[in-house]
Amino acid sequence: MNTPDTTAIELRGVTKVYGSGDSVVHALDGVDLRIEAGEFVAIMGASGSGKSTCMNVIGCLDEPTAGQYLFHGVDVTALDADQRARLRRAYLGFVFQSFNLLARTSALENVELPLHYRKVPAAERRERALAALRLVGLEDRAKHTPAELSGGQQQRVAIARALVCEPKLLLADEPTGNLDSSRTEEIMRLLVELNKTRGLTIVMVTHEPEVATYVSRVVTFRDGRIVSDHPQSEAST
Amino acid sequence: MISTTILMALRELRRNKMRSLLTMLGVVIGVAAVVALTTVGDGATAKVRQNISSLGDNLLMISPEVDRRMVNTGGPGKPLDPDDIDALRREISGLLRIAPTASRGMLVVSGGKSWRTTVTGSTADYLAARNFDVATGRGVEATLGGAGANCVLGATPARELFGGGAPIGQSIRVGRMACEVVAVLASKGAGGMGMDNDDLVLMPLRTFQQRISGNDHVTMIFATVREGRSTAAVKNQVEGLLRERRRLQPGQPNDFGVRDMQEIIDAVSTTTGMLTALLAAVAAVSLVVGGIGIMNIMLVSVTERTREIGTRMAIGALGSDVLRQFLIEAVTLSAVGGLIGVSIGLGSAYAFTRAFDFPFLLSGKMVALAFAFSAGVGVLFGFLPARKAARLQPIEALRHE
Repeated sequence: MNTPDTTAIELRGVTKVYGSGDSVVHALDGVDLRIEAGEFVAIMGASGSGKSTCMNVIGCLDEPTAGQYLFHGVDVTALDADQRARLRRAYLGFVFQSFNLLARTSALENVELPLHYRKVPAAERRERALAALRLVGLEDRAKHTPAELSGGQQQRVAIARALVCEPKLLLADEPTGNLDSSRTEEIMRLLVELNKTRGLTIVMVTHEPEVATYVSRVVTFRDGRIVSDHPQSEAST
Repeated sequence: MISTTILMALRELRRNKMRSLLTMLGVVIGVAAVVALTTVGDGATAKVRQNISSLGDNLLMISPEVDRRMVNTGGPGKPLDPDDIDALRREISGLLRIAPTASRGMLVVSGGKSWRTTVTGSTADYLAARNFDVATGRGVEATLGGAGANCVLGATPARELFGGGAPIGQSIRVGRMACEVVAVLASKGAGGMGMDNDDLVLMPLRTFQQRISGNDHVTMIFATVREGRSTAAVKNQVEGLLRERRRLQPGQPNDFGVRDMQEIIDAVSTTTGMLTALLAAVAAVSLVVGGIGIMNIMLVSVTERTREIGTRMAIGALGSDVLRQFLIEAVTLSAVGGLIGVSIGLGSAYAFTRAFDFPFLLSGKMVALAFAFSAGVGVLFGFLPARKAARLQPIEALRHE
């Protein structure tokens, strides 16, 4: 059972069952998946295919009913809720479809929030948050509230918030789902660049085929199982 | 860490200014009521003490009854008589003035007007013993020392019977007896506890006994203690003498009362203190109601902000962080409400005490207690919503619409 250091995620026979008796639903049905550090993986599939559940398991937000999940060699399935929360805040960054920024709170303060929970001193917090905003090209919008930013800018703030703690893994759940095509391109270019220049492992759930063209590997789910998993040429970078 | 959480809570409350203010209102009113009532109550107690003290703190009141309230109920108890007075004069050197009195509530009539008042028979020492001054007329002491059909009006009956007119030399009827007004007393103003110190008609003790009561009983002796002598020591001597004269065995309780002003002040203070505490307790109930208001709004807020809580948990907040955040928001609400309440309470108490000429006594302990209580209300009623927030599953919370 040796897992090389380069393996970021390993799912072994992961099953997630909702309900019981006749109405039982297999959201995930014995999924085996291995993602190496530095990969940019898109998880695709129709709605109800299990891709979101898989994402939640990988993000330590949900527990599988059966099977094992190793994150950088650590057996997440053996951890309790509080330990999972600590693992989340140490190694994971999240980007959501609806951005989930705090309303009426400046971009800078939104980006500072994860550092706040990690008990980083105020001065260092400010510095690191500004650096993260610079990374997504929004340093000059630091004082703006989400309502004063466009959708693409809001998602870039959310990405800065996910990156500010320097996670090992970035999880993006339909990051472009609420954006038009030019904003989509803006966000995808940013994610690809982060993956390339910083070696950041990114797992992204999407149902848009054109978004999947930016990534290096596409995993497709149907009825709780992986039906295809293949690398693809880097078309758009 | 705690300070940044407090800043975060304050920002959260600023975002919903109107709601925060309304939520605080219950606590504001509760704390303001407690602080105002206790401050005014303390002032009223002090005022009553001042009033009673102004009657003379070297005054002893000797009555043939044990009743604590010093009310002449006319009930059983061996009356005091002239021999007792003589014995007090003879044997207690610490007494300066001794004014035996006999009183009865009666109707006094002059012209077409009548007034129900207390008619008191006493001796020449009465005015000095009770700190009365004469407003108009003369020869009061000589009159009281005699046995004529003369009387002295207190300020209240003089006003009620004669209005603005001059009563001196006029004749009034006291019961079936006619007597001539020789003087009017200066007003002492309202006493404590609603007593009117000016509502009395004075006449010589012997006249009262012969023409009104028909016996030589004395219902109350006012006696002042000589300057430089201890009131308590003289009081003990008086008690010893009266026990001897009434042939009380050792161990038998007194069948008479000797009171000094301090005792009465203490009794009144206890009563007003209890009233104050009672009112404050009622006001404290509204503080609890205010706490329930905070709990209500916090529960609504947790539901409203479910997605936000999910986001916070996804980006690194532990359950304990969320618990602390909501708890601090609740405590901040109630503590800020408490501060506003203390200011309003002290402000209105100050206005009230100025308007009614009470002393304004600021009790730091009380203010601190009210404030601590309001913060405690926040912890108590903030805990349930905070725990609800902390127990949310991040995945459920994120899916919440």
